[in-house]
Amino acid sequence: MKILVAIKQVPAHDSRLFIEPTGEWIEENDLGYEVNEPDAYALEAALQLREQHGGEVIVMCAGPARVSSTIREALAKGADRALHIEEDDLRHWDNLSVAQLLAKAAQTEQPDLVLTGLQSDDLGFGQTGVIMAELMGLPHATLAMSVEVVDGRLRVKCELEGGWFQYVSMPLPALVTIQSGILRLRYATLMGIKRAKTKEVRKITPAELGAAGEPGITLRRIYAPHSLKQTQMLAGSVQEQAAQLVEKLKHEVRVI
Amino acid sequence: MPAYRGTDYLLLDTLLSEEEILVRQTARQFVEELLVPVIKDCYNEGRFASHLVAEMGEMGFFGANLEGYGCAGMSNVEYGLIMQELERGDSGLRSFVSVQGALVMYPIHSWGSEEQKRHWLPRLQNGRAIGCFGLTEPGFGSNPSAMATRARRDGGDWILNGEKTWITNGSVADVAVVWARTEEGVRGFLVERGTPGFTTSDIHGKLSMRASVTSSLTLSDCRLPESARLPGAQGIKAALGCLSQARYGIGWGVLGAASDCFETAREYTKVRKQFDDRPIASHQLVQEKLAWMITEITKGQLLALQCGRLKDLGRIEPAHISMLKRNNVAMALECARISRDLLGANGIIDDYPIMRHMCNLESVKTYEGTDHIHALVIGERVTGIAAYK
Repeated sequence: MKILVAIKQVPAHDSRLFIEPTGEWIEENDLGYEVNEPDAYALEAALQLREQHGGEVIVMCAGPARVSSTIREALAKGADRALHIEEDDLRHWDNLSVAQLLAKAAQTEQPDLVLTGLQSDDLGFGQTGVIMAELMGLPHATLAMSVEVVDGRLRVKCELEGGWFQYVSMPLPALVTIQSGILRLRYATLMGIKRAKTKEVRKITPAELGAAGEPGITLRRIYAPHSLKQTQMLAGSVQEQAAQLVEKLKHEVRVI
Repeated sequence: MPAYRGTDYLLLDTLLSEEEILVRQTARQFVEELLVPVIKDCYNEGRFASHLVAEMGEMGFFGANLEGYGCAGMSNVEYGLIMQELERGDSGLRSFVSVQGALVMYPIHSWGSEEQKRHWLPRLQNGRAIGCFGLTEPGFGSNPSAMATRARRDGGDWILNGEKTWITNGSVADVAVVWARTEEGVRGFLVERGTPGFTTSDIHGKLSMRASVTSSLTLSDCRLPESARLPGAQGIKAALGCLSQARYGIGWGVLGAASDCFETAREYTKVRKQFDDRPIASHQLVQEKLAWMITEITKGQLLALQCGRLKDLGRIEPAHISMLKRNNVAMALECARISRDLLGANGIIDDYPIMRHMCNLESVKTYEGTDHIHALVIGERVTGIAAYK
C-alpha cells in the first residue's frame, strides 16, 4: 500500500510570538519550528499501517528551505521518501490554493491512501485535508481516532461530539484526517537519523505543478486578542451596592 | 515552568548541522518524556531507572559514536549532544550510558577479538547486556598504574585476584572490563557475571548519584580463558584511552546539568517577588549571578563543540579533553551552587532539580580524573614537566 502523509511545519507550540510591523504575519526570525502535532499522529498511523500491510510511506511538505528539518525528522522516524514542495512564501496562499497545490503534488504519486492531521496548530482552518479529498475525487473521513485496512477497504473510527464515535467504511484510495493523541508517537532513533541521510527527497515547485496560488481570500491583519479589563467601584451602603451589582449582572453583563 | 528548550545565548545552533540538531531534539524528547517524570522518585529511593535500558538501546544511545555491530555511527559532536541531554535529566543516567559506551563497548570495539566484538557489541548496543569497567581500586584512584589486581598465567588460562571499587553498574553488569597487572604489563579482561571467584557488592549510603548503581568487584582466584583477554589492549595506556572517551562525554554532559540549573533559576527569579513586589531578577546582585552563569555555560559550550570537532578530525589530545572535563565540571558545579542560592530555601527541596544536580556533580568532579589531576595534565602539556608526584 502506498501511503502519502501531508505534513506541515509550524512554530514550536510554546514559542513567544511577535507580530511583524506590517501586521500581516508573525516575526519568523529566531522562531523554532516543529511538525504540526496532528500531522505527527498521521505519520505514526501511516508507519503502523505499513508495518501491518507492507508498502511505502511518502511524506509531503510545502514550505521554504527550513521545512527540510521537519522532512528529515519524518524520514528518520521511518518514512521511505519525501516530497518537498518548495515555496518561500505560503502566507499569501489561502486554504483552497494550498489544498490545490497539495492535491496536484499528491496526484504525481497516485497514493492508495492520503493521511494528514485534522488541522494545523498555527492557522487551524481544519479544511486542507477535506478540500484535497474533494479535488482528488477521493472519499474522506475526518477526526479519525483509528484507521484499519480490512479486506481492501478502510475502516475508520471517527470522533463525534459528546463522547460518541462513528465507524465509517470506505473503499481505497481515500483520504483521512487524523486526530491528535490517538497513538504513542515513536522517537526518531539515532539509526533512523543516520538512514534518513540517504533517503530521497524530491523537490518540486508550484510552477512545475501548475499551481498558481492566487488567493481567493486575503489575510489582512493578525493581532493578539485584546483583553479588556475594567474596574468599577460601587458606592453606597452594602444593600445599595448589592442592588447595583445585581442590576449590572442582569442587564450589563447578562449572566444572571 | 515552560518546556525545556536548552540554553543558547550566542546562537551556537548556527554552528550545528540539521542532523546534529535533530539528534539533540530526539534525545531531549526522550529525557523529557521518559526520565524527567520519574527521576525525582528514582533519586530519592536510590534506584536506577532500569526500565529505560531497553528503550535507550532502541534509541541507539549505547556506543552511539562507534561504527558497525549495530551501533549508530554518530559523529562525536552528535554523541556529545546526546550526553548533554541525558545529563540534563540526571548524571546517573548519563553515567550509565557513558560506562556502557565509552568504557565497555569502546575497549571491546578497539582492542577486542572479532569473536568478542561479535558476541558482545550487538548485545551491549541494544541493552540486552550491561557492562561495567573495573580500574579503580580501594588503594589506587588517581594513580591507577600502581594497581594491586594481578593476573597470572596458569597453563592456557589466567587467574585473577584483586578488588575494584566505585564501579558504576557493577552489580547489574553482565560483563566487566577488568584491568589487571600481569608479568607482561597491564592487560584488560572480560569477566562475565557468574564466573566462579567473581563477586560484586553495592556501595550504600551515597548522597550523590543516587539514581545510579555503584559497586565493588572482588576477584578471588577467578579463572578466565585466554579468549577472555582483550588481545589488542597493551599497557595502562589502553585503560586510559577508554577514560579519554568517557571524559569527553562528561565534558558535554555537565553542560546539560548546568543548563537545567540555570534555566530553573532564571524562571524562578523572574517569578519570585521580594521588596516592593518586584521580581528578584530585577535586582542587580541576582542579575550578576545569572550573567556569570550564562557566560560560563556559553564558554563551556564552545569548548565542548571545539573538542568535538577536533575529535571528529582525529586531532584531539588527552590534554584537550582534560581541559574540557575540568573546566566544564567545575563550571557546572558552580552553576548548581549559585542556582541553589538564587532559589533561596526552595533551592534545597526536590521540587526543583538543582540540589540533585549539585550532589551528582560532586561525584562527577572526582570521577574520571579528579579536578586536580586534570590540572596536572594541562600543566604537563604546557610545560613538558610532569608534576604528579
